[in-house]
Amino acid sequence: MTATTLTRPRPAATVPAGRPRRRLKPGRPIPFGGAVGPLLLLAVWAAGSAAGWLDPRTLSAPWTVVTTAGDLIADGRLQDNLAISAQRAGLGLVIGTVIGTVLALLAGLSRWGEAILDGPIQIKRAIPALALIPLLVLWFGIGEQMKVITITLGVFVPVYIHTHNGLRTIDTRYVELGESLRLRRTDFIRRIVLPGALPGFLLGMRFAVVGAWLSLVVVEQINSTSGIGYMMELAREYGQTDVIIVGLVLYGLLGLLSDGAVRLAQRRALSWRRTMAD
Amino acid sequence: MATHHGGLTATRTVRVQGLLRRFGERAVLDGFDLEIGAGEFVALLGRSGSGKSTLLRALAGLDGDVQGSGLVDVPENSSVVFQDARLLPWQRVLDNVLLGLRGPDAPQRGLAALAEVGLAGRERAWPNELSGGEQQRVALARALVSEPELLLADEPFGALDALTRLRMHGLLRELCARHRPTVLLVTHDVDEAITLADRVLLLDAGRIAVDVAIDLPAPRSHRQSQFLAYRETLLRALGVDPTEA
Repeated sequence: MTATTLTRPRPAATVPAGRPRRRLKPGRPIPFGGAVGPLLLLAVWAAGSAAGWLDPRTLSAPWTVVTTAGDLIADGRLQDNLAISAQRAGLGLVIGTVIGTVLALLAGLSRWGEAILDGPIQIKRAIPALALIPLLVLWFGIGEQMKVITITLGVFVPVYIHTHNGLRTIDTRYVELGESLRLRRTDFIRRIVLPGALPGFLLGMRFAVVGAWLSLVVVEQINSTSGIGYMMELAREYGQTDVIIVGLVLYGLLGLLSDGAVRLAQRRALSWRRTMAD
Repeated sequence: MATHHGGLTATRTVRVQGLLRRFGERAVLDGFDLEIGAGEFVALLGRSGSGKSTLLRALAGLDGDVQGSGLVDVPENSSVVFQDARLLPWQRVLDNVLLGLRGPDAPQRGLAALAEVGLAGRERAWPNELSGGEQQRVALARALVSEPELLLADEPFGALDALTRLRMHGLLRELCARHRPTVLLVTHDVDEAITLADRVLLLDAGRIAVDVAIDLPAPRSHRQSQFLAYRETLLRALGVDPTEA
């Protein structure tokens, strides 16, 4: 059997009619596909409550949560706390995004920038936000400043990491093109660097928006007198499961909505790309 | 206006003297000299590794990382066309042409350049919506829109199919007749060199082995006996038997 590879029968050269070639792409997008998973989760929750498998003291039923949310809106507590939370998260998100992007540009465009900045940021990344809070409280007190700084610290890291990575993976052929066209540095950054790093930046933003809400939970449950986290913390003391769930659902919705907003921006801004998801 | 430096005369666009380019231990070009006259269309032939791309990159000033020395005198206003069209995928066709172009009339010039390469009406397209030939035509428009004195082309048609390549030859000849840049075209295709160039250089191991002026009436074709004579000379110098090629 020395000539096995030569004599082995080959599959027929033609594909039999009626059997289409295997598609390797995931297929056509499902309309409102993003809502399917969360709705399924909601259905399981509702079914569990209706069937009595879930003790209301452990997990309130969806309709109880809706009624409670209605009550909280009626007396204005929900809006007030949400407004304060949104303001903190928004402020931290904006400041963190700017810092993360600027640092990524500095580290991505200069060897010295990278040598100086990248190490400390990686170290910061390895320290959990919770572990930093005692120090931040000592430095900045327990007021708004400490809260916004904590959120900023949580936001800038993913923005930095992904934007920096996006920058570094820009094809050197485009850099060479810029050199051959004698592009000025500002034009080079505007036309090649920033658009080239945009996919990375937007991926970083997806982590950042959700991260902003996550950091919010942490800061609002410590020494706070307002915000959704405070509302939940208060509810814990009084054993109001339904209010806690309202807070959790709110956090979930906010995270989902902000992630959706970034994904929409992604689709708009990166329409030039042809990828597997299209 | 381009700024001349190093005392370039009006009739000479490129002057290279004592050029040395080494990669590690291997000197690809050593003591290399070259002069190209203004408006001359020079094709640079050579086998892979003969140093033709190294020379082109030295002229384009794109070899900052390479070890070497020597005098390279080229006009400030020169353009490069690469083997790949090298369009920015995130910029529309017109913005790709306008890359690096300044002045209030830039958009008009960009549109005119696109019309010249037969792509009027495609300004708003994304590069990956174009065919390979169309992309390379955009690259040509981008290279010529700045009215360069020197056009450096590194196997610009190497990735195109034979039919598209023939069409691109016609287009390039037309554009060069209109804009009169000095051209250095690196190619491995002997026929392409004879069809397009006024002068063919054949590079072998970092030296110019053949330097021949092509004196043929247009349209140039295989039917001209003189064409075949040039072809035979160049193929023999490349180490290929002309009867087999």
